[in-house]
Amino acid sequence: MIGPSSSHTAGACRLGRVVNKIIDGGSVRKVKIQLSGSFARTYRGHGTDRAILAGIMGYHSWDSEIRDAMEIADQRGIRYCFIPEDIPGAHPNTARITYTCEDGKKGVVEGASIGGGNIRVDRIDGMDVSFTGESNTLLVLHKDTPGVIANVTNLMYWRYGDLNIGNFHLSRKERGGTALMTIEIDQLPPEQLIEDLKKMDNIDNALLIRAV
Amino acid sequence: MISYESIEELVRLANESGRRISEICLEDQAKETGLPAEEVFARMEKSFDVMLASAAWGQEPGRRSTSGLTGGEGSAMMRYADKGNSLMGTFMSRAVATALAVSDCNAAMGRIVATPTAGSCGILPGCLIPMYRERGCSRRDVVLSVFTAGAFGMVIANKASIAGAQGGCQAECGSAAGMTAAALVELQGGTPQMCADALGIAIVNQMGLVCDPVAGLVEIPCIKRNAAGVVTAFSAADMALAGIELKIPADECIGAMKEVGDQMAAALKETAAGGLAATKTGKLLRQQVFGKNKDD
Repeated sequence: MIGPSSSHTAGACRLGRVVNKIIDGGSVRKVKIQLSGSFARTYRGHGTDRAILAGIMGYHSWDSEIRDAMEIADQRGIRYCFIPEDIPGAHPNTARITYTCEDGKKGVVEGASIGGGNIRVDRIDGMDVSFTGESNTLLVLHKDTPGVIANVTNLMYWRYGDLNIGNFHLSRKERGGTALMTIEIDQLPPEQLIEDLKKMDNIDNALLIRAV
Repeated sequence: MISYESIEELVRLANESGRRISEICLEDQAKETGLPAEEVFARMEKSFDVMLASAAWGQEPGRRSTSGLTGGEGSAMMRYADKGNSLMGTFMSRAVATALAVSDCNAAMGRIVATPTAGSCGILPGCLIPMYRERGCSRRDVVLSVFTAGAFGMVIANKASIAGAQGGCQAECGSAAGMTAAALVELQGGTPQMCADALGIAIVNQMGLVCDPVAGLVEIPCIKRNAAGVVTAFSAADMALAGIELKIPADECIGAMKEVGDQMAAALKETAAGGLAATKTGKLLRQQVFGKNKDD
């Protein structure tokens, strides 16, 4: 990895990469990066700012381009700003990335760098999530009603038989309301799975975030 | 599958199969990732190549950290070592120089291997590179020994911590020195139990070390603490190889390190609020880098 800090530089870069994976080939036009806790106090000396920006542009935690991320972003015409401002209750190394793409698509990703270059994604577009980005992660937003989980896993098994689930997490706000499945998969699921999921009853949205 | 929950498990599995700890870990990692063992080894070899490159990059003239506070420690120590008159002897002085150079590389945002973290990245290469270059250890054996270091590091990460913010510097440079001591013992042909003893001795000798980086940067004192970790690792490995027993089992030493880390005040755990960071000069340096703070 590129130094000087596994949590402030490498982990920061991986948080940026989550955005890069969500936009999936799209290009970012404008990005606002809010840095909280220890990130807010030491980001300049640790290159946390450059590392997040590099990650958003798709660079890895071991790419030496991290050092020149601001210049590269300038060349690409990406507008960026860094705001050191604490997020109440957040992990000491938390960043909230608000982005706008060329095609007008917007989003917000919030996550923490939890040590040794490992990360935990906490919120995506206002939804509470919890995943590490080490595996390909499928997020399915759906209505909390019996059978939805069975339908999703059945589809995965019967139509895409070699997909193995390594971790499964379900969260919901209230009974019968909106729920979110976070499914970590050992293999990379085909795009078609996402399309199939979106067409299913009681499913509002599906998003695949490739391993960062 | 190995649980990486205890050192005792690693020693037992190695003894039962009559193989090195590194060999059983390589096999376990191949199973875990589903890759052929040669591929897992090749990846680790690539990491060793990165270590060699970081040591060279860190010694290039004019390299400074991003804050400008540090730079050139590794090259200065190497020049001194090459004169052949150092107190520790040329081999040890070069090892220390290598650790400083890799840490310099890290502070200047160069590419390093986190062993186990970026802040403690100089210790393992500081010991392994001189073994490879000056003690005739084969590339294969050196790369294999990194698996032993990694396996022991995983146990520490699982049972205690490898993050300065959680356990102080003992969790970073102490863990690195312990992992490295175990790798050195294996390279010298010691038994798995000796590897465990070396890890325990190194951890015990770094126990209580606080994380107090000036201005919150991985520079002062981190770079020099990597040098200290090299000396700890070599002396611990030599003691274990000499047959000096640890008395307290390595797993209990790791447990004690966690206890000490839990009891450590927050000011001494990577918050730049205590220790060296809170000295008059430490605060001045912070102002020099970041400007005046409202609590100054």
